[in-house]
Amino acid sequence: MSELEVRNLVKRYPGVEAVAGVSFTVQRGQCIGMLGPNGAGKTTTVEIMEGILPATSGEVLYQGKHLDAGFREVAGIQFQSTVLQDKLNVKQVLQLFHRLYRKTRPIDEIIEICKLGDLLSRENRKLSGGQRQRLLLALALINDPEVIFLDEPTTGLDPQARRNFWALIEHIKTENKTIVLTTHYMEEAYLLCDVILIMDHGHIIAEGSPSQLLEDHFSDVILSLPATVWTAALTEQCPFLVLELPGTIEVSSKDVDAAIAWLQSHQIPLAGLRIRPRTLEDLFIELTGKELRA
Amino acid sequence: MIRRFLAVLHARNIEFVQDRSTLGWNLLLPVVLVFGLATVFSSPYRSMFKVGVVSEMASLEDEPNEFLQLRYIDFIKVSDPADALMRVERHQLDMLLDLRVDPPRYWINDESRQAYILERLLGSGADARAQREKVSGLAVRRIDWLVPGILGMNMMFSCLFGVGYVVVRYRKNGFLKRLSATPLRAAEFAAAQIVSRLLLIMLITVIVFVGTDYFLDFRMEGSYLDLLLVAALGAFSMVALGFAVAARLNSEELAGGLLNVASWPMMILSGVWFSLEGTNPIVQKLALIFPLTHMLEAARAIMLDGNGLAGVLPQMATLAIMSGLLLAAGAAMFRWQPD
Repeated sequence: MSELEVRNLVKRYPGVEAVAGVSFTVQRGQCIGMLGPNGAGKTTTVEIMEGILPATSGEVLYQGKHLDAGFREVAGIQFQSTVLQDKLNVKQVLQLFHRLYRKTRPIDEIIEICKLGDLLSRENRKLSGGQRQRLLLALALINDPEVIFLDEPTTGLDPQARRNFWALIEHIKTENKTIVLTTHYMEEAYLLCDVILIMDHGHIIAEGSPSQLLEDHFSDVILSLPATVWTAALTEQCPFLVLELPGTIEVSSKDVDAAIAWLQSHQIPLAGLRIRPRTLEDLFIELTGKELRA
Repeated sequence: MIRRFLAVLHARNIEFVQDRSTLGWNLLLPVVLVFGLATVFSSPYRSMFKVGVVSEMASLEDEPNEFLQLRYIDFIKVSDPADALMRVERHQLDMLLDLRVDPPRYWINDESRQAYILERLLGSGADARAQREKVSGLAVRRIDWLVPGILGMNMMFSCLFGVGYVVVRYRKNGFLKRLSATPLRAAEFAAAQIVSRLLLIMLITVIVFVGTDYFLDFRMEGSYLDLLLVAALGAFSMVALGFAVAARLNSEELAGGLLNVASWPMMILSGVWFSLEGTNPIVQKLALIFPLTHMLEAARAIMLDGNGLAGVLPQMATLAIMSGLLLAAGAAMFRWQPD
C-alpha cells in the first residue's frame, strides 16, 4: 500500500484551473520532488495533500484512508513563507508547537538535528533567512511526523545556507520519513529526491527518478563554448544540434569524440570548451519550451 | 484540548510581556491621564454651572421663568427628581429647581461654591419667591467621575486592538495558516487569545487603579469585587468585539480602520470624558449600542452611587448578551487563512 495516493486531483479558482487532474503515489520512505515554474500548480497540489486546501474534485489517501483530523498529528509541514511571533524566542516557539501535539520528539533532539543550539534565546525577528528556515523545519519535525511536506524550503537562501539545509534533509531521509518537496532548484531535486514530478499548467508532464528521466529523454552531452569563437556560418555547417545562448554556444552530440574532431577541423579554439551531461533544467526546457524559473 | 489551549495562552502572554513598548504604553497611558486630569480638575474654577430643572413643560425653552434665560448656565431637564437630588448631594448638579409648584422650590448643597452663586442669582431678581431646601453631602470630584472613563478607555483600546489587530497580523503573516496545520482547533486558539487579553488587561487595570487610588483616594461607595466583575464583563465584551472584527480580515489597514470606527465613537459617546445627560436623545440612544457605555454606567453606579450588583443588573445583562452575540458572530466568520 502506498503511503500517499493522489487521485485525479482538480483545483479550480474563478477563471483558473490550478491543478488539472493529477494522480501519483508516494511510497513510504520516499522523497518525492515537485518541480515547476511559478503557477505550475505544485504548491496547490501540496496544500491539498496537507489537508490545508479543499480540492474541487479528486482525493488524497494516506495509508489507504481519506485525510482526517488525525492526519495533522502525523504530518510535518513547512510552508513557503511563515512569519512567527516576533517577540518570542526560538526556544519559546519550539515549546509552543511541542505542546500542540500528542506524540512528540524531545525538543533537545530537534535542536541538535536542526542546529539551533546557539539560537535558543534569539527572538524570531532577529533570525537570518537560513536560521528561520531551520527553525521552521524544526517545527515540522517536532511531532516526529511520518510524512513531511517542504514547500520551497530553500528559496531565498544563499548557496551556503542552501547546502546546509540539504544536509539536514539528507539526515531526515535516513530516518525513513516520507518527504514531499517542492522546489525551483534542479540541483536540490537531483540531490535529494528519489522521484521527481515535473508540473506545468496544473499537469504532471514527466515523472520518474532523476537519472531515469534524463536517460529516457537524453542520450547526448553538451559541449559549451564561448560565443566569441563562433560565427553564424558555423551554425549552418555544423552536423550537430547548436543552441546559441547569450555569450555561449552549446553543441549537442551523442558522440563527444566526433564533435571535438569537427570543432578542431574548423580551427575553433578549444580553450574555453566545457563538456557537461544533460540536466533536469535541460529536460524542463525540452518538455515545456521555457526556463524553469520563468 | 486544555493542553493546546494553555500552550497558546502561555505563548500569547509571553509575547505581550516581552513586547516592552506595548506593555509600557498600556501601563503608562492611563496613569498619565489619571494624574494629569486630577491636576487639571483640582482647580477651583469652573466656567459652567449645572442646574437640574423639574418641569411639566415638554421643553425647558417653553418655561417662562426668567432664571432659565440666564447665560453660561447648563439647564438640564430632570425626569427623576430623586436621582437629581442625590446628584446635588454629590455636587454633580449645582442646583435642583422644581418649577411644577408655585412658588418654585430649589435644593442646593451648602458646601458647594457654585450653589452659593446660583442662589444669589436666583434671589436677586430671577425668581425671588423661590423656596430654599437644603441638602448635604460630600462632593464627587471630577476625577472620581473621570477615573472609570479613563480606565475603561484604556481597556477598550487594549481589548479591541490587542486582539483584533494581532489576529489579523497573524493571518496576514501566515502564522495562523501554520497553526492550522497542527491539531490546534479554532475554538482553542480563539479562547486562548481572548482569555490572554482578558487576564492581562484586568491585571494592568487593577495595578493602575490601586496605584493611582493610593495617591488620589477615589470615591468608592460600593464593593470593589462588584467593580471588578463589571470591569471583567465589560472587557470580555470588548475583546469579543475585537475578535469579531478580526475574524476574517487579512488587511491590517482595513482592520485598523474598522477598529477605529468602533473605538472613536465609544470614546466620544460612551461617557469617557463627559456625561451625555442633556444631549440629543438620539445620541443618547446611539450610545447604548456600545459596550463601553454600559460598563461605565455600571462602574460609576458602583463607585459613586454605592449600587450593588442588583443595581447594575440591566447593564450586566446587556454586556453579557453583547458578548454572546459578538462571540457567536466571530466564531461563525473565523477563518485561519484569507479567503
